[in-house]
Amino acid sequence: MSSIAIHQPAALAVQQSAHALELRDLRKSFGKTEIIRGANLAVNAGERVAIIGPNGAGKSTLFNLISGRFEPSSGEVLLHGQRIDGKKPFEINRMGLSRSFQITNIFPKLSVFENLRCSVLWSLGYRYSFWRFLSNLHDANERANELMEMIGLHRKRDTLAVNLTYAEQRALEIGITIGGGASVILLDEPTAGMSNSETAHFIQLIKKVTEGKTLLTVEHDMGVVFGLADKIAVVVYGEVIAYDTPEAVRANARVQEAYLGSSVADQQAGAH
Amino acid sequence: MTPEFFTISMLNGVSYGLLLFMLSSGLTLIFSMMGVLNFAHTSFYMLGAYFAYTFSGIIGFWPALFLCPVLVGVLGALFERYSLRRVHKYGHVPELLVTFGLSYLILEVVQLVWGRGTVPYALPSALQGPLFTLYGTQFPKSRSFVMLVALLMLVAVWLLLTRTRIGLVIQAALKNPEMVEALGHNVPRVFMLVFGGGCALAGLAGVIGGNTYVTEPAMAASVGSIIFVVVVVGGMGSLAGAFVASLLIGVVQTFAVALDWSLAGLFTSMGHQVNESTFGWPVLRLTLSQVAPILPYLFLVLILIFRPKGLLGTRGD
Amino acid sequence: MSSIAKTSMNSSAADKARSQGHYRFKPLNIGRILVWGLFALALVVAPLIFTSSLALTMLSQIGYLIIICLSYNILLGQGGMLSFGHAVYTGLGSFLAIHAMNKAAAGEMAIPLVLIPVVGGLAGMFFAALFGYVTTKKSGTTFAMITMGLGELVASMALMFPEFFGGEGGITTDRVYSKFFGLDFGSGLQVYYLIAVYCFVCTAAMFAFTGTPLGRMLNAVRDNPERVEFVGYNTQRVRYFAFIIAGFFAGIGGGLTAINFEIITAMDSVSVVRSGGYLLFTFLGGATFFFGPIIGAVLLVLASVLLSELTKAWLLYLGLVFLLMVMYAPGGVASLIMMNLRVAKFGHFKRLLMPYLGILAAGIVTVIGAASLIEMIYHMQLNAALGPKVPFMGTELDTSAAATWTVAIVVFVVGLGLLEGVRRLTARRWGRIQEAIEESIKKGEG
Repeated sequence: MSSIAIHQPAALAVQQSAHALELRDLRKSFGKTEIIRGANLAVNAGERVAIIGPNGAGKSTLFNLISGRFEPSSGEVLLHGQRIDGKKPFEINRMGLSRSFQITNIFPKLSVFENLRCSVLWSLGYRYSFWRFLSNLHDANERANELMEMIGLHRKRDTLAVNLTYAEQRALEIGITIGGGASVILLDEPTAGMSNSETAHFIQLIKKVTEGKTLLTVEHDMGVVFGLADKIAVVVYGEVIAYDTPEAVRANARVQEAYLGSSVADQQAGAH
Repeated sequence: MTPEFFTISMLNGVSYGLLLFMLSSGLTLIFSMMGVLNFAHTSFYMLGAYFAYTFSGIIGFWPALFLCPVLVGVLGALFERYSLRRVHKYGHVPELLVTFGLSYLILEVVQLVWGRGTVPYALPSALQGPLFTLYGTQFPKSRSFVMLVALLMLVAVWLLLTRTRIGLVIQAALKNPEMVEALGHNVPRVFMLVFGGGCALAGLAGVIGGNTYVTEPAMAASVGSIIFVVVVVGGMGSLAGAFVASLLIGVVQTFAVALDWSLAGLFTSMGHQVNESTFGWPVLRLTLSQVAPILPYLFLVLILIFRPKGLLGTRGD
Repeated sequence: MSSIAKTSMNSSAADKARSQGHYRFKPLNIGRILVWGLFALALVVAPLIFTSSLALTMLSQIGYLIIICLSYNILLGQGGMLSFGHAVYTGLGSFLAIHAMNKAAAGEMAIPLVLIPVVGGLAGMFFAALFGYVTTKKSGTTFAMITMGLGELVASMALMFPEFFGGEGGITTDRVYSKFFGLDFGSGLQVYYLIAVYCFVCTAAMFAFTGTPLGRMLNAVRDNPERVEFVGYNTQRVRYFAFIIAGFFAGIGGGLTAINFEIITAMDSVSVVRSGGYLLFTFLGGATFFFGPIIGAVLLVLASVLLSELTKAWLLYLGLVFLLMVMYAPGGVASLIMMNLRVAKFGHFKRLLMPYLGILAAGIVTVIGAASLIEMIYHMQLNAALGPKVPFMGTELDTSAAATWTVAIVVFVVGLGLLEGVRRLTARRWGRIQEAIEESIKKGEG
């Protein structure tokens, strides 16, 4: 897939035993309202986790807390064993976590190629340099081309991002997210607003580009969830009430209660 | 620092601060509602003063006091409707630029019609003379009138926003314009009203400020930058913050302008002699009255370093 | 872990790139060389074509204003940062440059005149680093107001430190204090060529900046400051560094100003009015294209030197033009040119000739009407003592005759009506042309 070697520093190899992503009693209040009320989660490296739950449960807020967009009121977030709660988004990104957005968040006046190139510059170490020309950065250009092919936008190389179709913009969104080579990827409702055929195609794309990485995705479409995920985390009222394989979660009484209401859940239990 | 000096300066400072608040409150309202920073806000202040100058001569000061703000408000509403609204879709920077262009235009038109010098916009006889005499210094009726009008305006706007139906719609549109529009209210018309209202407030400030202080083409620019400082120091979008910052800046500036204290004087009074050969003499010998013009901007820099959100800031960028 | 090593990649990737034809430079390079060659040629040849001393003054001013407006556009067009205080950096650059010149002339420092602009640049860079830290903490509207506040701060400080700012009279200097290969830069022509060299080098440098990682991330910050943080960049840092670079080039422009005029006053050089001027003309020239500010600089000099001679009302006209530009053509003159070039490239330009002529004609009528009114009012305001007649476009207007006023108003109103009519027609036709172009593009891609 990639002709670029990924080197892992020794310190990280030691922490391989730690979870890729861990939430410990995470809480977030907005004013007097507590939205996230003690979320706990431990995701192993390489796992694909779907985060589901009723509307307003706090799924996007969790992503915002993990990626640094919001600061937690209390609790801890650990990335590969290191605390990232309270850090700024760019610090967290540099430590190996990247996220996409539910409402497409790209660079509208830059071309597809430029969008992708921007996403790889920091990870390749180019930082704030102004003494090098972009056209000479072969590794950055290579990587951007690769990403373009992966997400299927190589024919729209020089099209301004604002002129792409919705599905193409979502694909670009994913491309920007994985560009920097982060090992933990958060996708916030990646297939929102897509038709069935687009969704099916997109799932394949997501599987391909997140091979070997830890993936967390917020999803409402159950077909996507069961097709993509190794594990499902169910978030209700700001807590993770279940974290297990899809079959186990399906049978979980608390989950049924949350989705279907307690009387129906009792019926289901009684029927067994 | 005599008690007499302190009291009179305090009163002067508060009246100036309240005038600043009249201006910055209109600006804050417009900014909170529409996200537009009206660069031409103090130009409408200037228009209010000039209109009042002309109309006082024709119909008298007191009728002009009611007519001129309305006139200015109408002009503001027309500008919003035919110019600002067009630019809304391009984003906040073009909106700021279009009000910047308007400020240029108003300045030139004012100079065109009334000339480049100061105009003799005089106080009506009812406002001339002192309101009371304290310790031998007079406190003018005109400044007390400014304070009175400012406070009345504050109360009136507060009542309008919280007790009337249109006020509720405005408050709602402040938070969520799309929802308010979905509920059937004509949000563009509300915007036009708010913009016109803000400009009318600025015009009112001009009517009473123009004869209390001075009416000349430079009045817009000189108070303009201070108003922007007030709004940033108080916290963008916070009326209470604008109030506090206006009073603070008004009082501090009034005091500073009259005081001849300097660091050199301070050292001398403590027993250290300082003169031209001392290191840092150019800074040490500066008196507070010389430094007074930059004090608001110093506040700005300090606030940005130590409390970037402003004193009572709410709305983010 | 997010860093990707660049180990043995370079040589193999380079081979691969070559074989896949990713080296797309050949045709583009010739075009680029041509454009830069023409620019250099224009700079060299201009004073030989426009030989009057007025023209030389204007060309010199255009030269360093190009540098200043381009530096301003690093903030505005490339970074989306609206600054009302750019004159602080050009002005402080001017002041330090002029002090350096005086010190060099007195023998205290050995700086040849040709390096003085660099002194200005370093000064601009220093102050941009100092003030920029606080300024770039915020963005958008707040940033604009902070720049204005800082601009007022520096301008107000001028009277407090007369040793540095020279008080009301400013600081003067004499640029003829050294020899550079036999040139003493006393003549206007020599100064022009000094300015022209700096203009070319700085323009090339600022253009090169747009193709660097920092330059591109600056564009990303303009487009979506939040997303930039999520790809690993500190948005505030990007803005801060760009601010410093813009300050550097602004200072060079300021240094050249000091050399050109040999006098710098605080009232003039660091004022918010001057900052507003840079903003106005950079925007007018076009902030969305690299060459837009170059057009803006030319317009600035033409307006302030020529237009101001033509009519006392030039600031009013300027304000009107600016207002109309923001409303109808926010990309400035450069964008108008590029849009029409695009239309021409797709072969539709012929359809626009008639509407454009119509706009020109209606526009002329409107302008004659408005200008006659404005000039008459100005005359009554400023020159009433000279009698009621105003010279206007070769004839005289009698401000005391009601007929003159009526005719002027009628002409103006008729012109406005015609203009609005033609404008709508042009807009409709433009819309149809744009649709046709979209079709062609889609067909080309399919």
